[in-house]
Amino acid sequence: MQFSDLKYEYLEHTADAKFKAYGKTMEEAFENAAVAMFNVMINTSKVDCKHTEEIKLTAPDIDDLLVDWLSELLFLFEVDFIAFGEFKVESITQVNGEYTISAQASGEEIDLEKHEIDTEVKAVTYNDLKAEEVPEGFMVQVTVDT
Amino acid sequence: MEDAGSIKESLKRIDDNIWEIPIGSKPGMNVPGRIYLSDKLIHNLEPEALDQVANVAMLPGIQKYSMAMPDAHLGYGFPIGGVAAFDEEEGVISPGGVGFDINCGVRLVRSNLTVEDVRPVMKELTEKLFQSVPAGVGSKSRIRASESELDDIFLHGSRWAVENGYGEKADLEHCEGGGCIEGGDVRHISAKARKRGRPQAGTLGSGNHFLEVQYVDKIYDQEVADRFGLEEGQVSFMIHCGSRGTGHQICTDHLRTISQAAKKYKIALPDKQLACAPAQSDEAQNYFRSMICAANYAWNNRQIITHWTREIISEVFRSDIDELGLDLVYDVAHNVAKLEEHTVDGKKKNVYVHRKGATRAFPPGHKDVPQAYRDVGQPVLIPGSMGTASFVLHGAEASMDISFGSACHGAGRVMSRAHAKKEFHGEDIKSDLEKSGIMVRAAHPSVIAEEAPGVYKSSSDVVNVVHDLGIARKVARMMPLGVVKG
Repeated sequence: MQFSDLKYEYLEHTADAKFKAYGKTMEEAFENAAVAMFNVMINTSKVDCKHTEEIKLTAPDIDDLLVDWLSELLFLFEVDFIAFGEFKVESITQVNGEYTISAQASGEEIDLEKHEIDTEVKAVTYNDLKAEEVPEGFMVQVTVDT
Repeated sequence: MEDAGSIKESLKRIDDNIWEIPIGSKPGMNVPGRIYLSDKLIHNLEPEALDQVANVAMLPGIQKYSMAMPDAHLGYGFPIGGVAAFDEEEGVISPGGVGFDINCGVRLVRSNLTVEDVRPVMKELTEKLFQSVPAGVGSKSRIRASESELDDIFLHGSRWAVENGYGEKADLEHCEGGGCIEGGDVRHISAKARKRGRPQAGTLGSGNHFLEVQYVDKIYDQEVADRFGLEEGQVSFMIHCGSRGTGHQICTDHLRTISQAAKKYKIALPDKQLACAPAQSDEAQNYFRSMICAANYAWNNRQIITHWTREIISEVFRSDIDELGLDLVYDVAHNVAKLEEHTVDGKKKNVYVHRKGATRAFPPGHKDVPQAYRDVGQPVLIPGSMGTASFVLHGAEASMDISFGSACHGAGRVMSRAHAKKEFHGEDIKSDLEKSGIMVRAAHPSVIAEEAPGVYKSSSDVVNVVHDLGIARKVARMMPLGVVKG
């Protein structure tokens, strides 16, 4: 498989769910990380994207931005009861040492039957967290608490 | 993580169930690591978890040892099963030493019912409990706390539930700390944490959390069992859950500020998830006082679930709660940090004890053990995995010296959730358990596969280690009759 075809992969972890997500750009890697996280919880292929949330976040470094991005999606999932299936990261920019993400997440209200609820993700951790440029593009690595 | 292999080689045996990671096994360790494990369990311990024990030993102001209980496994920052105490002045407070699910814990309700009374109605009972206690991803409570009620819950824990009709005053007397830690402060709880907390008071959650119908199948210590009101053949109810989204959010929010504080105070961190701040700094105290609120939320949560559980039992057996003898035996926290008095180098001092996947196990005579149990020690509740034995122990003398008054909290996983789902099929596990007389009702079959008995260490092997060390002694063993899972 070509690196560019592999969007994400799950890694072995005793208690939690850990994954690597890839992209030709950091934006794409962030998008794929969101898909990887939501596929721990639900079957994203069954989500109809009827509703779009605009998300804009600022963090002191890229690691924190990654945690904030996924944490925000988790928050919307739990509080607004939205199952997300598609993610579009418009831009990740660095200004004066701060990182900003502008993105959209699309989905619909959670339907417990339709979306095949699986493992509950409690939180996004900093454990072994990575967001870096690799020879083939960009890679992020995340461990979520389940 | 690269050092993990060599850390395992540096492990030295001190006694039958005590292994040590000497100072210097990793550069920067302030104290040795201590792992409490038997020969039977040593092979299950991941090198990465040992590495985490060594990392915790590097934190400023740590007292005596960085410890891992016999159910320890890989966590983040601290291992799950990690215990560490930090000097009140010179030490630190770390959210990684508590975990995301603040005051995830367990409580035991006894009854006058016997296995014979309950077995014929298990299907109905399990189903009704499942209907009555919201469980699973996205479950919402029948209670919608107002903003001011949420403040009361954060500050007063189980007391809120009891004062609002969800339980009896006696419940508070049979609960760690009376079901509340004083000193909470709601000012540093974010709007997000509040938003997650409001609809979830009285929900079980998902994952390893459960409501289980059990029966006492073995008594090890008759005298202490009498004191706890337990006898063979008796049915009891075990509730395992935590602070839900509000606790996860409080941890997430404060990890950010603590992480920045660690940089500000120039604390070298071997792992970002170990972020900590000087115990008396504003950042650490703001986290600590918010963590107390989440811990109180969790106690309140278990109290509300207890109330609904009692109502269902009462309905199914057409008898009132008092006649059924549905008394709370005890409630323990598994993920919490507390300011406690301990003796270090012969001197009494206050320390912040972090227990992440560990249970308090105070011995006979300790002032924080409820009066009813003071001469035998605090009940220590160790849930098994789905379909395997749970145990009641009592805190014993050696706990203060060996483990800052702590014991293990469960069986400890040996297999990932992803692997478990490949290995086991939820429906098969459910029907196997039903054949052996255990009813299972879950929000989704995959949670049954993830939590299958085969993904955990043997709870009895784990319990034997703390028993043999004299940290906590076995009182009773319980077997499951029915399980409600999120």
